[in-house]
Amino acid sequence: MKLLIKNGRLIDPAAGVDRVMDILVENGKIREIARTIKKAPGIAVIDARDMVVAPGFIDMHVHLREPGQENKESIASGARAAVHGGFTSLACMANTEPVNDNRSVTEYIIARAKQVGLANIFPVAAVSKGQLGENIVEMADLVAGGAVAFSDDGCCVMKADLIRKALEYAKMLNVPIIEHPEDHSISGEGQVNEGFISYKYGLRGMLKAAEEVIVARDLILQERIQSRLHLTHLSTAGSVELIRNARQAKTPVTCDATPHHLLLNEELLQTYNPVYKVKPPLRTEADRLELIRGLQDGTIDCIASDHAPHTRDDKDKEFEYAPFGVIGMETSFPVIHDRLVRTKRITINRLVELFSTNPARVLGLKDRGRVKPGFPADLTILNLARRFKIEEKDFRSKANNCPFLGWEGQGAVEHTIVAGNAVYSRKGR
Amino acid sequence: MKDRTFRQDHLLGIEHLSVDDIETILETAEAFIEVSSRDVKKVPALKGKTVVNLFFENSTRTRSSFEIAAKRLSADLINFNSSVSSLKKGETLKDTVLTLEAMNPHIIVIRHSASGAPHYLTTFARSSIVNAGDGFHEHPTQALLDALTIQQRLKTLRGLKIAIVGDILHSRVALSNILLHQKLGNEIALVGPPSLVPVEFEKLGATVTYDIRRGVKNADVVMMLRVQAERGARNYFPSIREYRNLFAINREIFALAKKTAILMHPGPINRDVEIETSMADSEQSVILQQVTNGIAVRMAVLYLLKGEIHEALD
Repeated sequence: MKLLIKNGRLIDPAAGVDRVMDILVENGKIREIARTIKKAPGIAVIDARDMVVAPGFIDMHVHLREPGQENKESIASGARAAVHGGFTSLACMANTEPVNDNRSVTEYIIARAKQVGLANIFPVAAVSKGQLGENIVEMADLVAGGAVAFSDDGCCVMKADLIRKALEYAKMLNVPIIEHPEDHSISGEGQVNEGFISYKYGLRGMLKAAEEVIVARDLILQERIQSRLHLTHLSTAGSVELIRNARQAKTPVTCDATPHHLLLNEELLQTYNPVYKVKPPLRTEADRLELIRGLQDGTIDCIASDHAPHTRDDKDKEFEYAPFGVIGMETSFPVIHDRLVRTKRITINRLVELFSTNPARVLGLKDRGRVKPGFPADLTILNLARRFKIEEKDFRSKANNCPFLGWEGQGAVEHTIVAGNAVYSRKGR
Repeated sequence: MKDRTFRQDHLLGIEHLSVDDIETILETAEAFIEVSSRDVKKVPALKGKTVVNLFFENSTRTRSSFEIAAKRLSADLINFNSSVSSLKKGETLKDTVLTLEAMNPHIIVIRHSASGAPHYLTTFARSSIVNAGDGFHEHPTQALLDALTIQQRLKTLRGLKIAIVGDILHSRVALSNILLHQKLGNEIALVGPPSLVPVEFEKLGATVTYDIRRGVKNADVVMMLRVQAERGARNYFPSIREYRNLFAINREIFALAKKTAILMHPGPINRDVEIETSMADSEQSVILQQVTNGIAVRMAVLYLLKGEIHEALD
């Protein structure tokens, strides 16, 4: 099995490469990268002229809902959505039913993902048993079973002592702890960002401080522990500033932001449309702009979607009763490209770092996030000039809770290649 | 009545009304006051129309007020009582409303604990939606009946100082009143502890003070809000006792307001909690007049949404 990708603009930030190259793939691995590789009989060819070839995109924060809530999403539908969005790898969160807090659930997810094929799926196990914040899971056993990171995600670890111990123990295993920073005693029953909008529209608020006190707490602990700490879906200017300062003090920390926090703000809540109900909540325009500055100055390492599928009925409710979350895997690249790269806020090279190089590094996926002979042939091929329109009918996800429906712009995924197979190619070529 | 047109399909909140809309409602309400003073308190303005009272929160006064208003306009009215409703069976709000709409009502009056529930109804319902109080958001007919009461007593709705005292954060009455008096250009003073009066409300054109004396000083209208013991349980303030000491209205504090000032309360009142009992029953208190005016204002709203022109006041 050989595949030749001709004349694409290869962008591989990890290797410092940005030039037109041919790439030969054999038996699922990158075989050769050279300016010109000759076609030969029996080799499939993808003409990538005027396209960008990037190391496969990695969405390091998604919810696949399987096992347990397959009416919202499944590993199969989630993987289809991923490759449609250009993602070759995913890290899926532990809030399944049962919770992924033991090796058998982790192994189930991996086995199911293998049956489905399509994308590489890396389970994130819970930090605490049942995500209850009381007792840490058997981390070594879970890592042996295939877990790549630990996170209680939405059930942010409230006890500082527990997150301290988890960070310390995980250091031995060299795996990251991913924290969804939210002090539940502050956020409580909050629905939206607390401030003028929440007061004017009578919605319970979540103070920015609910996020920032946990960011600060974890950074203070991490300063001494020096483990691997990743703070996910940052939403406030204060969080960005805390991490920027911690970096200057050489505290090891990484973080990500979502497309919805980077592109939307709380003004949208005036409609009471539950599609905009997310956690952390959409914040102010000033927060949004600071997140973009964080992308620009390197404070923010990754863009992750926090793909959170819900059924139509789940979201078709009074705002207060609708669940939190939006889907994102199928829209992350086009909306970020159109609104941040085309507007020259960030470069396409930086986008590739945020979507591939850095998530691979954060998750410790040693042979991903790079295009290198001998590495798995996971590639995302992009047509930056092609126009897109986000429409529900195109979604492979079971869900439609997408805040970008109707958006138009430029930048489309042409091919998603996983282990040398084109698992997605745009129709109508 | 001046020749005005009311172009709203729903009454979701004061937010969406123009000053013209507000004046139209108040003028129409004034005309309806006469109906309620007749021996036969009925006009055929909404004859053949059906109004559904869809109340998901207990509310004797607002529900009764809408009921009487609809009946005095000759509308057919049904009360949907949530305690015996399908909600107990787990039916969604959408299914409940779609079921009711299959019976072709003209107006749905909704009271719901979730802010924005009336707005949500407008995304799929065909009826006119009237917000009778949604969560901590708006209670537009309350603000309108308050305005009508102020106008009756003070003969104007302009150039006034309105003091609103209490749990501003959780009060739909306060928010609707703030929005209404902001539109009319009145001075608004919000009084309460910082935990219940976020300073962000100043962006709505109000001033925030934690000192009831400052807030009430030279006020034309002092509007007291009902304090809920539950807020104390959640540490918004330490105790009802301390709240009363700091924020209850009594004769001494009310004397700081203008001589002509009136005392308002949306009810139900907590005697000797936020309001000294003799104040509640004083000459300056317009609490019962507010209730009376509620009928006229709700008649006006129902009529303007669905009434046949020229038929109302025969």
